[in-house]
Amino acid sequence: MDEIATHFAVERLLARYVACIDDDRLEEWPAFFAERCRYQIISSENYEKKLPIGVFIATSQGMLKDRVAALREANIYEAQRYRHLVSSILILDNDKGIVRAQSNYHVVRIMQDGATALFSTGRYLDRINLNGAAPVFEEKIVVCDSRRIDTLLAIPL
Amino acid sequence: MPNGLDLAWPNEGVTRVPYQLYTRDDVYAAERARVFLGATWNYLCLEAELPKPNDWRATFVGDVPIIVARDGDGTISAFENRCAHRGALICHKQSGNAARLSCVYHGWTYDLKGNLTAVTFQRGINGKGGMPADFKLADHKRRALRIGIYAGLVFGTFSDATPSLETFLGPEITARLTRVLPRNKTIEILGYSSQMLPSNWKLYAENVKDPYHASLLHLFFTTFRLNRLSAEGGIIIDDAGANHVSYSKAATDRGSADYDKADLRVKSDRFQLNDPSIIQGRDEFGDGITLQILALFPCFISQQIQNSLCVRQLVPRGRTETELLWTYYGFTDDDAELRELRLKQANLVGPGGYISMEDGAVGGFVQRGIAGAGRDSEVVEMGGREWRSQETRATESPLRGFWKTYREHMQL
Repeated sequence: MDEIATHFAVERLLARYVACIDDDRLEEWPAFFAERCRYQIISSENYEKKLPIGVFIATSQGMLKDRVAALREANIYEAQRYRHLVSSILILDNDKGIVRAQSNYHVVRIMQDGATALFSTGRYLDRINLNGAAPVFEEKIVVCDSRRIDTLLAIPL
Repeated sequence: MPNGLDLAWPNEGVTRVPYQLYTRDDVYAAERARVFLGATWNYLCLEAELPKPNDWRATFVGDVPIIVARDGDGTISAFENRCAHRGALICHKQSGNAARLSCVYHGWTYDLKGNLTAVTFQRGINGKGGMPADFKLADHKRRALRIGIYAGLVFGTFSDATPSLETFLGPEITARLTRVLPRNKTIEILGYSSQMLPSNWKLYAENVKDPYHASLLHLFFTTFRLNRLSAEGGIIIDDAGANHVSYSKAATDRGSADYDKADLRVKSDRFQLNDPSIIQGRDEFGDGITLQILALFPCFISQQIQNSLCVRQLVPRGRTETELLWTYYGFTDDDAELRELRLKQANLVGPGGYISMEDGAVGGFVQRGIAGAGRDSEVVEMGGREWRSQETRATESPLRGFWKTYREHMQL
């Protein structure tokens, strides 16, 4: 895959990923990841100090499915939606279709009563496998700029 | 009113809690003076966060900024993070290592015990200006806290009247603290989190003191039988009522007809985890206890949920906003498997945790709900009207203990 095609494939994956979350199609969210994967939401403070615990971690697609099931069935939180804005991407490395990419994100949270606020900003540090039928995240580390989470974090970033 | 507040506690005593306590500016100010700057032990940091001489950290007692530091001689001190000169923060960073701390505004310098050691241009420049000849550095030492350390936890108090830390904790609470902070282990910090709660600090303090809600609001727990009130467990409250422990043993849960009758939002046993590794814990303390929540008056919480270990500090950020600081820890001798368990089980807790995220919101529901509540009160009668230890968690007994202690400090 040439450089432009790689760039396009990563950008399209990210666009589809955030649209899935923002459209509240969370049941489709785990399929953006490989069966064995690593997804983590962590503050930049912990990430830079190499402290391993963040806000949420999944080490399998099953754990992502469990997150969605819990959000739908068990957890209580006020109705809310996200609107993601993802920056242009940086391709850091491409090793035979295993691509490391970095982008910035902004997430605005819209509560059911209309209250709208900047909820999280940060970086996506992704390792993406472009060799399969559809590109998937083998690793997605969401590094939040702030350690503070307002009220709670239910929906994934 | 002898307490200086136009607020009479209801005649029923601690089974009624006036909603005004969550809404009034004068109550918030009185709490700062009587609770946080009063005769209480306030959590400052973990000893493990000050490993080397000259390590310091910024922390809070109530909303009062504090510096806690390990001096060159190894002793831990704490004092107000407020310059004697114009009141600016002496340290605006979160932590560091230095023998001297200088205020950025005009460079006044302090040692790690809070002594003012130098005033920039004290003698002026070229014989002009400078401080008056009778200005004495020694008159401007920062107000220091008395330090108490137990099981690696550093506490401070501003009051000479506060009893010793071990007296305050009492034998039953210290036994439970050392259970999750054993003397023969060395703590390793595994992460930090902060959760901004849209409510008065006491609404979270109450939440932690309320075992009744645990399996009703947090249905992730209930569904996976991690913590149902039908599991073996209980409540330990110290003699003063200030501190408590709630614990349970998930393996002892045999269910109860009362559960099946209760109108819970989901039917238990309905849903199964795709990846159950998150709830496959290890009995690392060898007593079968899978959950231990321990709260010390006013703002400290220790938590063990399976193998997720954490200390939490509540920092009031105004009348209706509170910051909850989570510090996750393990031990330096954790094996790889135990470390992986701590990592995964951290998903249960924190601002996005399966069994804690609701706590971030529910205090806000109360704060919004009590607008216009006037002189109404909460009803706190589950488990009786006392504040004693009980062998059930279907109780609000620890909450009544909290309010008993609160009333004593606040003279209410």
